[in-house]
Amino acid sequence: MAPRAVGEPAPVAHRGPRAGPTPTEAAVRAALRAVVDPEIPAISIVDLGIVGRIAVALDTIQVDLLPTFVACPAMELIRSAVVERIAGLAPRITVDVKFVFDPPWTSDRITDAGRAALRRSGIAPPAGVGRALPVVSLDPGPVRCPYCGSRRTVLENPFGPALCRAIHHCTACRQPFERFKAG
Amino acid sequence: MPASAEGTAGDRAAEPAAEPAADLTAQARAALAELLLALADDEFVIGFSDSEWTGIAPLLEEDVAMSSLAQDELGHSAAFYGLLGTLFGRDPDALAYDRDADAFRHARLVDHGRGDWATTIARRYLYDTADSIRLEALATSSFRPLADLVGKVRREETYHLLHAEAWLERLARAEGEPRARLLAAWRRLGPDGASVLAPLPSEAVLLEAVLLEAGGLELQARWLARIRPTLDRLGLPDPIACAESMDPRLARSGPRSEAFHWLWGEFTSVRRLDPKAVW
Repeated sequence: MAPRAVGEPAPVAHRGPRAGPTPTEAAVRAALRAVVDPEIPAISIVDLGIVGRIAVALDTIQVDLLPTFVACPAMELIRSAVVERIAGLAPRITVDVKFVFDPPWTSDRITDAGRAALRRSGIAPPAGVGRALPVVSLDPGPVRCPYCGSRRTVLENPFGPALCRAIHHCTACRQPFERFKAG
Repeated sequence: MPASAEGTAGDRAAEPAAEPAADLTAQARAALAELLLALADDEFVIGFSDSEWTGIAPLLEEDVAMSSLAQDELGHSAAFYGLLGTLFGRDPDALAYDRDADAFRHARLVDHGRGDWATTIARRYLYDTADSIRLEALATSSFRPLADLVGKVRREETYHLLHAEAWLERLARAEGEPRARLLAAWRRLGPDGASVLAPLPSEAVLLEAVLLEAGGLELQARWLARIRPTLDRLGLPDPIACAESMDPRLARSGPRSEAFHWLWGEFTSVRRLDPKAVW
């Protein structure tokens, strides 16, 4: 696979293919901010909270990815984007991406920046759920419309255009919108 | 995918590949395989069957909902087949698409076809509630990759439970035809509800190795206790198990229904047409 940075110029572009030390974990995590969710390109996978442990060894970088939903069809695309992004950072290193369920992804892992990015995309961010199992309540409470900010909104369908999203309607601005599901 | 460097920072069970249950006896491994196959086949068959509603569900919202539910179940089955694959060197696609219909080990409950909407709702309610009891009993499984996966699956199944219960209530409280159809479906499917929790032939080994926390009879009692308040409220009778649905030899094998043979023909059709096809 041709090493190619996604979204931004590789910060190590001056290095030759054989040169340079192994990047740090922080550098890898920072680089992965350029990888976005293919279904919601406004949010990076780091802000979505699906990047778990990153283990940097001499010749291998291992990245754990936490699927939002087990059947998420975007995971393979995200896996190859992660491999490609790290290859852009460190062309000679082996990248090993694993999907893990421990810890489970929960919507609490979405960062504040991620929540803002969702809102800008017309998707209401999820309420907090905690680690309790099973999720205690599915009632999201009053959901704020990402367009007009009103809380006069109703849940239309807990199932939406993607496994991770529900459909709401704002009775104030009469705009249907999506909410990233708590899970 | 570049291959992983063996032993690099693998300090905990990550992807189901890492530690293939090295500490289990051969007997326990065989029992684990039987358990994983039952889980995978249940989710695969109900997922594929419910996906038939895509495009023809009674409401647009339900078109979306059933498609999502089916996608979830197929994803769960892929994960369970995947665990089976990494543990026993089986190809997950071969497990799903290359077996004869009679080799499937799904429970009698999901052997029923999707039928009309009331049948689908009755089946979903019986399945989702029984499955949640089963998943609880697997959450502490000594096979860590399974326990981790189940932790994630349970969070998703919460949405399924909510959906099934809302529809059961809607049909049960309706006058006339909806309730009549639901009662007819309940009479037909109810006796097979317990088959999801029936003891597996290897149950003693599963319990001994703490792969499963409780046996089939205990799980069935927990299930009835869990659903009884809802059934009482809606005036639905307890689903009394038929003899076959609690028999370890019959709950997941024996002659399969015409509906399942038809479904098998559907989901294996591309594979049989061209075994090398990819999509």
